[in-house]
Amino acid sequence: MSDADAKDSPEQAEFRAQCQDWLAKNHPGRPPVKLPQGALELYDPAALAWLQKWQKSAYDAGMLGCDYPTEVGGGGKTDCQAIANQEMQQARTPYLPNVIGMGMAAPTIFFHSQDDVKAELLPKLLSGEEIWCQGFSEPGAGSDLANQQTFAERDGDNWVINGHKVWTSLAHFATWMILLCRTSKDDKYNGLSYFVVPIKSAIGNGVTIKPLIKITGGTGFNEVLFENLVVEDRYRLDDVGAGWKVAMTTLAHERGAGPMVTPASGGMSLEEGETVSTSNAMSLVDLAQSQKRNNKTAADDPMIRDEIVKLVIRQEGMRQTMRRMTVPPLTDHPMRIPLQSKLNYTELFQDMAELAYHIEGAASSLNVTDENAPAGGQWPFAFMNSFGMTIAAGTNEVQRNILGERVLGLAKSK
Amino acid sequence: MTERPKNFGFSEDETMLRDSARKFFQDNCPVDKLHSLVAYDHDVNRSNDCNWDRDLWQQIVELGWTAVCIPEAAGGVGMPLVAAVALAEEAGKAAFPSPLLATFNATFVLNACKSDAATKALTEIAAGKATSLAVTNQQGSWEPADTDVSIDGGKLNGVSYYVQEARKADQFLVSATHADGVGLYLVDSNADGVEIVPDNIIDLTRDQAHIEFNNADAIELAAPGTGIDVINQALPAILCIVSADMVGAGEWLLQTTVEYAKTRVQFDHPLGFFQAVKHPLVNVMLDIDRAKSLTYNAACAVDTEPEAAEKFARMAKSQAGDMAVFSSSRAVQFHGGIGFTWECFVHLFFKRQMHNQVLYGDAKYQRAKLADMLIGDIA
Ligand SMILES: Cc1cc2nc3c(=O)[nH]c(=O)nc-3n(C[C@H](O)[C@H](O)[C@H](O)COP(=O)(O)OP(=O)(O)OC[C@H]3O[C@@H](n4cnc5c(N)ncnc54)[C@H](O)[C@@H]3O)c2cc1C
Repeated sequence: MSDADAKDSPEQAEFRAQCQDWLAKNHPGRPPVKLPQGALELYDPAALAWLQKWQKSAYDAGMLGCDYPTEVGGGGKTDCQAIANQEMQQARTPYLPNVIGMGMAAPTIFFHSQDDVKAELLPKLLSGEEIWCQGFSEPGAGSDLANQQTFAERDGDNWVINGHKVWTSLAHFATWMILLCRTSKDDKYNGLSYFVVPIKSAIGNGVTIKPLIKITGGTGFNEVLFENLVVEDRYRLDDVGAGWKVAMTTLAHERGAGPMVTPASGGMSLEEGETVSTSNAMSLVDLAQSQKRNNKTAADDPMIRDEIVKLVIRQEGMRQTMRRMTVPPLTDHPMRIPLQSKLNYTELFQDMAELAYHIEGAASSLNVTDENAPAGGQWPFAFMNSFGMTIAAGTNEVQRNILGERVLGLAKSK
Repeated sequence: MTERPKNFGFSEDETMLRDSARKFFQDNCPVDKLHSLVAYDHDVNRSNDCNWDRDLWQQIVELGWTAVCIPEAAGGVGMPLVAAVALAEEAGKAAFPSPLLATFNATFVLNACKSDAATKALTEIAAGKATSLAVTNQQGSWEPADTDVSIDGGKLNGVSYYVQEARKADQFLVSATHADGVGLYLVDSNADGVEIVPDNIIDLTRDQAHIEFNNADAIELAAPGTGIDVINQALPAILCIVSADMVGAGEWLLQTTVEYAKTRVQFDHPLGFFQAVKHPLVNVMLDIDRAKSLTYNAACAVDTEPEAAEKFARMAKSQAGDMAVFSSSRAVQFHGGIGFTWECFVHLFFKRQMHNQVLYGDAKYQRAKLADMLIGDIA
């Protein structure tokens, strides 16, 4: 959505001007090292360090956590995060590294933890100095998240944690983890509790992290093993047994459907001079114009044209639906649009990347490492990676269950 | 540049209008009443009937709904296109048989004519005359240059095809060729030399005909050589209006099918428990929401950003057209055997959607146009 779509309040208008002014002078420029497509794939410490520096400067400028109160390190503003996000995207600044922290941990801590813990954790979370990870999934608890086996046992003022988490993005850099686990075996849902637990400081002392290799061959997520990790009771969020309720706050924000707007940047293209954006359907037009078959360009093939335009329409439909979401009289059920957004963009990106195979033809077989790969091989790579998005954060099948049940009111599937 | 409003231009007036239209159609055109009006028997030979409730239409005229987008100077309300879109969406949700959409389309063509004769015609619409476009040739071409009617010495000759709501309309806007190019003309439906020949159509909520002109007297609305431009100017609005009808009808199909999936039990579960039913219904919802957002966006562009209107309107029509087919097909399929019957109300909307999706160019046609705009012509 372009900024011209919004009618700003006076506070927002003033803040927008501040953001624009700051961004004009303080854009971090090109990264000195190659960045992966998204923060969840970060593995190179140099790339992380550069991005953390950017996050800290954006935080110091007041553009991250704007809507959180000042006591917890926020900006104390109203509805300004969306403005900062628009301006950062407009300025094509790099993405922010502490995505799980800002998108999931921050709102969960803010709504469910005690005040001193908020004041202790949120400032360094928002500034990106401390990276966060999410310990929800386990070998036996994926879509069926409540089937947690990791167990926390009370020991005086402490808890002792044992268990096994998988697919934990960013754990290798994380200072903290948001952890869902079991405190009672008597009840599936009411036996769950929610903690924030130290990772980095506990490695070798209750925490072991092992990298898992992704479909692309890269590293990014991990498995995390807990062996008698000791955590203070003050790091428990909400009541013992209220873990499922707290997890719902995390998941709502993960799906872009929570009350707090997540700070988001990420408009910068990947490398110097590179114009490919695998998250913009119009990039497929450039690709089609550059790809020849039978001495004609793919852009002259009526079938390819139809497919490209279909995706451009879906992209515009998604943008306009986001615009409509902000106007209550034009939405039906209040969760109808917010719960759709994950499906809309993850499937759009996946289908765009798939179409690129048809546009590139034989050359789509070339890896990112091959100098002859069209568009640097980004499209086939994006296709592989796109399944991360349709699987993570609650699979799209599970998301369809949620929409069917909560919005349409259909009977609950298992 | 005018600002693009976040609310697409739906101010309080437009939302109030929409809410009262919703109530009006719920009260006056419930689906069982509609079924007994248009589907009272299934004799295929009666499909060229024209069944509608003239009294309801008269009430709509008196409420001023047909005049929402007519300028105040011509006796109208002077609201933006989103007002007509809101009404069309509600009419679509009720599959309401009336010349409302046809009259809106004619209004936008007349608004583009900018002639005294066109202003006079608008005044007549505001006073209650139902009006329809007669601008399509025998091949069903949606290109404004293609007409099988000619004009000479003020007399129309030839045939207009695929004229919507022909028997409900009091007058027609006819595109006709002249030595100097295509012009636009107004004829009265009762005039000498005008013969309405009804088509046998599938959609029971509509009426369609071809119209034969034999030396029919016509009033010039847009001079020869300007007609194509005028139609092109009105086209985005026309596409928005039919898209809005599809969005409304799509929502009826979705909600009706969801209700059925909540109540019908098989294998000890309501149908909606099964993901082979649940997930496609969610997909119908996603499709409707995209179509609805694109339609509002396009209507808003017509009102505030005319240079982008055609692009956005074609996007809306493409998405709404695909959605119309998908929402209809899933509704019939998920009703099972009953969905295959004449007795089940679903077919009224199914048939209206299939009729809608082809009007003014189906989804593929719109995308071919968009490809030329976004990618460039084929080398
Ligand atoms: C890139 C990536 C990053 C991730 N990062 C993290 C992280 O940082 N922290 C974390 O905790 N987790 C993370 N995850 C884990 C992710 O949340 C899980 O993979 C996801 O919830 C699915 O669980 P699963 O892998 O066990 O698959 P399963 O639940 O076993 O699902 C397998 C298949 O069955 C389908 N299925 C399962 N149940 C149903 C149902 N009821 N109805 C219909 N279909 C069903 C699924 O949709 C899927 O297609 C990440 C995953 C990926 C891919």
